[in-house]
Amino acid sequence: MTDVTPLGRRLPRLPDGFAALGAVLIVAVVLAAVLAPWLAPYPPDEPRPLERLLPPSGAHWFGTDQVGRDVLTRILYGGRTSLLIAGAVLGVSAVAGVALGVVAGYAGGRVRDVIMRVTDVFLAFPALLLSLALAVVLQPGVNTVILAIAVTWWPWYARLAASVAASVATRPYVDAARCLGVPAPLIILRHVLPNSLTPVLVQLSLDVGGVILTSAALSYLGLGAQEPVAEWGLMVQQGQTLFSTNWWVVTFPGLAILVTAFAFNVLGEGLRNALDPRRAVR
Amino acid sequence: MPRFLARRLGQALLVVAGVVVLTFAVMRLVPGDPAVAFAGPKATPEQLAAARARFGLDDPLPVQLWNYVRGLLAGDWGISLRTRRPVRDDLYLAFPASLELVGAALAVAVAAGISLGVLAARHNRRLPDLGVRLGSVLAVSVPVFWLALAMQTVFAGNLGWFPVAGEYDSSLDTTSPLTLWTNITIVDALITGNWPIFTSTLWHLVLPALVVAAYPTGVIAQMTRAALIEESGQDHARLERALGFGETSILTKFALRPALNPVLSLIALVFAYAIVNGFLVEAVFNWPGLGRYAADSIRSLDTPAIAGVTLLVALVYVLANLVVDLVQGFVDPRTRAR
Repeated sequence: MTDVTPLGRRLPRLPDGFAALGAVLIVAVVLAAVLAPWLAPYPPDEPRPLERLLPPSGAHWFGTDQVGRDVLTRILYGGRTSLLIAGAVLGVSAVAGVALGVVAGYAGGRVRDVIMRVTDVFLAFPALLLSLALAVVLQPGVNTVILAIAVTWWPWYARLAASVAASVATRPYVDAARCLGVPAPLIILRHVLPNSLTPVLVQLSLDVGGVILTSAALSYLGLGAQEPVAEWGLMVQQGQTLFSTNWWVVTFPGLAILVTAFAFNVLGEGLRNALDPRRAVR
Repeated sequence: MPRFLARRLGQALLVVAGVVVLTFAVMRLVPGDPAVAFAGPKATPEQLAAARARFGLDDPLPVQLWNYVRGLLAGDWGISLRTRRPVRDDLYLAFPASLELVGAALAVAVAAGISLGVLAARHNRRLPDLGVRLGSVLAVSVPVFWLALAMQTVFAGNLGWFPVAGEYDSSLDTTSPLTLWTNITIVDALITGNWPIFTSTLWHLVLPALVVAAYPTGVIAQMTRAALIEESGQDHARLERALGFGETSILTKFALRPALNPVLSLIALVFAYAIVNGFLVEAVFNWPGLGRYAADSIRSLDTPAIAGVTLLVALVYVLANLVVDLVQGFVDPRTRAR
């Protein structure tokens, strides 16, 4: 509709390469994480007291940190930590959430009400807050981060799956299966579940960035990954007092978080536009 | 409307009950003995027993839960193991400072987000649109603690334009002491006409508020843009176009109001998120709010205080959602049906 605007105000229409850019960045980040042991120029956790806080150079592209470790190496290894956490959190949340959600959506009525009220309770805690409380209670570490974030993340999948499954449950083929006497668990497994998955997949890709940001925040607060594990949030926390004097120690890990979260966010948006046209905005 | 009101209130109460039980459950999982934390490592067995009796730790769990709920209802949120003061009093001091920060940030975010959303929708798929979209994805993807550190280092440290940390210049406490009314410094300074503290607080607010505003600005801009583009494809927009209205006035005069409905419900979500995100920003800028209180409590395993913060933020979230649902139900009767 913008084509009816007066000529003088018309700006060129630009191609929208965000999603493609996101995909390329994700491939790069995943490859970097997987191939870290081969790509990294130095060992990830070997302190070299004589090479402390060297600025970026040919030998150390991103400089070295406060105990003389190569920052680039630790960023590559940190990608493994972040992607592992994101994968585990979303795997657990999606399986638990979708299982409950599909049952709720298919059964409807009381069952759905009860399950939805339970998700309401969990959703009342912003993810970082409940994770914070849990991470205090449990021993800090990667496993705690995974558990803490997953506890706050599954309700979103339960709600999404419930609303999709409820509409799938009214389709003629589900009615047909019911008339043929197919037991409810089988209907859910064979018909409702597979037809409810697309929005869940889109949501999964949209959520990777959020999980990575939340886990980095927990690590930054000292409640996540612990030394000597390479983790981006932890690297920022440990270098934060050096920002004004040795900028590279903090800048590059932060950029790594930013680029990764950005890549998954734009790819997720692109996937949603492609796969879920109802919610797409062009 | 009364039936909708009753149902929605009932739902909110159920959620609050669940929130209380969940908070209690999480706090009971704490390793270590709260009595030891309170009485200190050198306490005699008698002192320990006294502490246990004082906190009711010898009672069965359901009794403890019952006592906890009764205490909450009576306004007793427990006693902080660290500050040794009632948690409620501590929260009463810390929460207004967080509200001040988040309120300022949201004001910026709503104004900037909606304007940028309008700009992007007006130039859909052209340079300003791509700029806004790129900026808004970056704003939601940036780690907030890192952005806070960067802004602090550059604009406060290197350039010296803004103060590095704190809520206001503490030397003003002696030269022009502040009378407290609401505990929200900037509001109190304004209503008592305390200009030195008012300007100092405003100055200290700029950097942390901008950092907290980044995420909500991005989300609101995206949502406004999407809703506006959808509205401007509706029949009423075609009519307005046929009547000779320009695109800009169609967007701002006709499309913006219906488009703001989803944006409104988004603000409630973003509000609670901003408070928790604010925790990280408060830690960087040493802002005397809930986040700093939570961070100090976490460090000393101060369970009643952590439970208090958790519960308070969850309650605020439930309340914000309730208010938005009620307002929406009032403005747009269609949303009353579930």
